[in-house]
Amino acid sequence: MQHDPDHFELLGLAPGFAIDRDALDRAWREVQARVHPDRHAAGSAQERRVAMQWASRANEAYRVLRAPLSRARYLCERAGVDLQVETNTAMTPAFLMQQMEWREALDEARSARDPAALEALAGELAAARKRMTAEVGRLLDEQHDYATAAARVREWMFIEKFSEEIDLAVDALAEQD
Amino acid sequence: MALLQIAEPGMSDAPHQRRLAVGIDLGTTNSLVASVRSGAAEVLRDEEGHALLPSAVRYLPGGDVQIGRKALAAQAQDPHNTLVSVKRFMGRGLADAQRLHVPYEFVDAPGMVRIRTVQGDKSPVEVSAQILAKLRQQAEDALGDDLVGAVITVPAYFDDAQRQATKDAARLAGLNVLRLLNEPTAAAIAYGLDNAAEGIYAVYDLGGGTFDISILRLSKGVFEVIATGGDTALGGDDFDAAIVAWAVNDRKLSGLGPEDQRALLVAARQAREALTDAEQAELAATLSGGRTLALALTREHFEILARPLVARTLSSARRALRDAGLAADEVKGVVMVGGATRMPIVRRMVADLFGTDPLINLDPDQVVALGAAMQANLLAGNRTADDEWLLLDVIPLSLGLETMGGLVERVIARNSTIPVARAQDFTTFKDGQTAMAIHVVQGERELVSDCRSLARFELRGIPPMVAGAARIRVTFQVDADGLLSVTAREQSSGVEASISVKPSYGLSDDEVAAMLADGMNSADVDMKLRALREQQVEARRLVESVEAALQADADLLDPDEQAAIRAQLARTASAAASDDSETVRAQVEALAQATEDFAARRMDRSIRRALSGRRVDEIV
Repeated sequence: MQHDPDHFELLGLAPGFAIDRDALDRAWREVQARVHPDRHAAGSAQERRVAMQWASRANEAYRVLRAPLSRARYLCERAGVDLQVETNTAMTPAFLMQQMEWREALDEARSARDPAALEALAGELAAARKRMTAEVGRLLDEQHDYATAAARVREWMFIEKFSEEIDLAVDALAEQD
Repeated sequence: MALLQIAEPGMSDAPHQRRLAVGIDLGTTNSLVASVRSGAAEVLRDEEGHALLPSAVRYLPGGDVQIGRKALAAQAQDPHNTLVSVKRFMGRGLADAQRLHVPYEFVDAPGMVRIRTVQGDKSPVEVSAQILAKLRQQAEDALGDDLVGAVITVPAYFDDAQRQATKDAARLAGLNVLRLLNEPTAAAIAYGLDNAAEGIYAVYDLGGGTFDISILRLSKGVFEVIATGGDTALGGDDFDAAIVAWAVNDRKLSGLGPEDQRALLVAARQAREALTDAEQAELAATLSGGRTLALALTREHFEILARPLVARTLSSARRALRDAGLAADEVKGVVMVGGATRMPIVRRMVADLFGTDPLINLDPDQVVALGAAMQANLLAGNRTADDEWLLLDVIPLSLGLETMGGLVERVIARNSTIPVARAQDFTTFKDGQTAMAIHVVQGERELVSDCRSLARFELRGIPPMVAGAARIRVTFQVDADGLLSVTAREQSSGVEASISVKPSYGLSDDEVAAMLADGMNSADVDMKLRALREQQVEARRLVESVEAALQADADLLDPDEQAAIRAQLARTASAAASDDSETVRAQVEALAQATEDFAARRMDRSIRRALSGRRVDEIV
């Protein structure tokens, strides 16, 4: 390991979308047990600094690999496919329609102050996320079609962002009570 | 059984001896110091046997300073010069301080608010340093030797400026800070180690002036904070203020001076504490103009006043649970910390939220200091490798940069495990732009104006290019204390600028140096002696650690490299005996530089071992 290890190598895992979450957790803790600054508190300033850098890298690897969406993004980028998050907003017409429906549903639930409607919408988003996870997993691990996966990942990013908006709306309602 | 080794006083710097380290809980209301002695953490008491030191400092005309009980006793008669709850002003500006409605004369100052006293304007950092210095003295008296370092606790929800201010205060008090540790995490260590706890736990920490909630996963020697939340301006003090507001309104009191305010707050606290066990308490105070106040407060009515405040803590708790991706009933136990959790209404409402009776079998005033002492003992290297635990904490608030239109671009999200580093690329806005202003903010809101400003700096000397062509990489690094440093670098030219974040609200290094020079009531000679001693200890510590490193990993060096390090090692070792602090410092620095590469290679090896070790496990 003389070269810079990528996130999978650093945590000693086989690259792929499907991962064993327990193995990932275990790997992260084992690496941290070696490199965490607390383990080098008695070391020189240099050693402590290097420890901080390695611990930061291990935390970053864990963060990226832990969440399915960031893991999918990382696998695309690792395969040389630029996600063009900022520039490419192309989505399938079906998904755009879906987006508009969701937005309307959120606006209605918000103005009606209807927690049940918000919950139903959150449930729909959760189901969509589940379908997306399965599809991107197939594209990445079985078909190795990173370009198509990247297009799906952009849609998936919308799903996550929109879910956060729903959470905020739920909070806002709860705070008015 | 190993025999106890007793060293001659002042001769105890021999290698492998126990390194004296303490944990300090620097609280809003009370502070305390603890240490691990004969295997168990215990609070170090003062000469009169008190465990708690009231966080009160009184400045007297003529230069004397009272700290603790004596100061506290004078607060109603001398409110301007008796500073209490100063933790609430750490790292804060004038506007924040004035919002708290306390009877001080605040003075605006660059960086941080000052409080006007008979001895001049005092920064909250200086006042905290007085308290810390007193605790250091108390610890050194109890332990019989100098400390190698201290773990200082801070509310988990403290932002960068508040953390930096706390670290500055510790430095000013002559303490070597081993780590800033989040208070709920310290409590979790104390509780978890004592009870061999495993599973998901919440720590609910309601102190005098701050509230924290942390959700942790405890498993086989790993304390992993999953999410944290809180409010650094909500604590027992606010319950007292609610009582005072009620009394003032009920009795139509007017024309109240600072002495009256202070007397009312003292009476309110006494009544609130009495209501922990009693159903009714008397609110009694003597006010200016010979007026007296005597008013009965029932627990029932107090709870009407308290409910909205407790509700605020619960909404922070719910958010932390959501951040952790957990439901309340997945939490196995709720550890209660902080004197304010003695209020029955707090325990009841917490029990309702989590569906389980909170854990109150530990002293809510002491548990944080005890946990900090355990961590200090670990960091000082007093435990064996297979006896260690690992602490994985998080950053409480998101960190970001100002972008066009006053919007915040989030770089590091809240609840990221620390240490953490993240880079973000930016570009220029105009053709030929050669400088870029970088504004670092902390908070969860979208607009810069709603977040806390941490620092501003400029990257200059960018080669002129068309708009959008430059690639400026801004890197945030948060260390294990939760403190941020920021580097900006233009990728094509390599132009670089960096900053340790502290200017907007913290004290600059120069200010700290000036305060240190001012001497904290100690003579100049003492300071120089102290500096020399610290340098000598540092030199010996470094020599020892390099020797250990060579013993373990000398094969990572070729013969020339090894010879160079050994030569520098010998120079530094002999310089450690020098009486000139500058000589010692220079040789420490030289050895540090000579071993920089070696340290990096050793860490690489350590990682490889961690990886190969796991593979062996998987085969077995």
